Amino acid sequence: MQNNKDRSRNLGDYLPAADDAMIICRCEEITKGEIRKAVHDGMFTLTEIRRYLRTGMGLCQGQTCGRLIKGIVARELGVSPLDLEPAVSRAPMRPLEMKVLGNEK
Amino acid sequence: MKNNADIIIIGSGVIGNAAAYYLAKKGCSVIVLEKSESIGNGGSSRNGGGVRQSGRDKRELPLAMYGIKNIWPTLSEELDMDVEYYQQGNLRLGKTEAHLDILSGLTKDAAAGGLEVRMIGGEEARAICPYLSQEVTGASWCPTDGHANPMLTTLAYYRKARQLGVRFITGEGVQEIRKIRGKARQVVTQNAAYEGATIILAAGYESRELASQLGIDIPMTQALLEVLVTEAQPPMFYQMLGTAAADFYGHQSTHGSFVFGGSSGFEGVNRDNGTPTTASITASCICRGIMKYFPMLEDVKIVRTWAGWMDVCADMVPVISPVEEVPGLIIAAAFSGHGFGIAPMVGLLLSELATAETTTLDLCAFRYDRFKAKI
Repeated sequence: MQNNKDRSRNLGDYLPAADDAMIICRCEEITKGEIRKAVHDGMFTLTEIRRYLRTGMGLCQGQTCGRLIKGIVARELGVSPLDLEPAVSRAPMRPLEMKVLGNEK
Repeated sequence: MKNNADIIIIGSGVIGNAAAYYLAKKGCSVIVLEKSESIGNGGSSRNGGGVRQSGRDKRELPLAMYGIKNIWPTLSEELDMDVEYYQQGNLRLGKTEAHLDILSGLTKDAAAGGLEVRMIGGEEARAICPYLSQEVTGASWCPTDGHANPMLTTLAYYRKARQLGVRFITGEGVQEIRKIRGKARQVVTQNAAYEGATIILAAGYESRELASQLGIDIPMTQALLEVLVTEAQPPMFYQMLGTAAADFYGHQSTHGSFVFGGSSGFEGVNRDNGTPTTASITASCICRGIMKYFPMLEDVKIVRTWAGWMDVCADMVPVISPVEEVPGLIIAAAFSGHGFGIAPMVGLLLSELATAETTTLDLCAFRYDRFKAKI
């Protein structure tokens, strides 16, 4: 993590790649290029990427794309994916209707 | 890299980031130190997003009104990023006589402060927001209130300040603010010491500990807030909502999801593990509150819940003040759960304080030494 602390670290220019249009987060329709660009905008943690782009904020809550995004961000930062803390998982585990969640009987 | 700058800011929340941006724009060098691994990981990412004037303490009202008139409308353009600001009014809803009494009182106070806010009946409320239950008998209505996306606003200030050369360092918890020759000058972390001519302490509740080392106490506590987020819905309404009975508050976001906050009444005694943690009973309670006002939302799915801590001041109003006993130190903390809406204005005022300019608005009401015993 030491590597990611100083947000002025030079990552080099954002270079467009052939697969930038590939959709990574299917629930929110966020592409690989958007994720790579967010890193260059200064979003160095998975939590920041999530708040900035909404990746992993849809119906599956990142259960599908979480690992892919971690790999993309790690590569862009030049660190190991193991150095990136995953974003927090939030209750409920599956989407629940208000009338079901609100029912105490 | 140099560890010296004109100004050191402790805390990369929306207040610290906004101050950093306005200072960078004035040509100052700025270093922002953040304890968390992520930017704005405290209350700045954990609030309801209200950009309200109604319901505010009269001391805070001028800040809210100035920001809504002069900063919020053009903020997305200024920061080159959509902060999802909507100015479509605030409805505070009531269903009983007692509710309407509460709302009338609030409305009278706000109107006395020069705010355009008035009481309306149930039918007029439904004309503004047609999805409201027939049980709503009245509301207070402030047409110039609104909401924005707090996470994007915080990150937009960060992104722009970073582009302007502000140095942000995360995972850098401050241990001490050290005086040199009687002036606050050095900021010591586990890894390094940073030096600045002015130090802005904007670290939420954690500001208390750091200020107390210098003999300054800000009387505040931590209080939990919880919020639920629904799946995306077609665009329905963009008013900010609240209720007289405080059952829930919230709005629909650009994305389409509803963001609704509320409480169970057990916040003061909840168990936690040192992090803000959602309780199993709260989201259910908020759902019941919402369905009483919006029965048609009963089939909408909840996808996520989260919690955050507010830094609640003894008198529910923040401290935004230079400290006379410690020249060079400026405190901006204890925003008491309603700091987001005034954050851009507070950032601007902090940049004026830090550069010894005359502030756009008077800040006497927010002094650090205003707290007096009751007798």
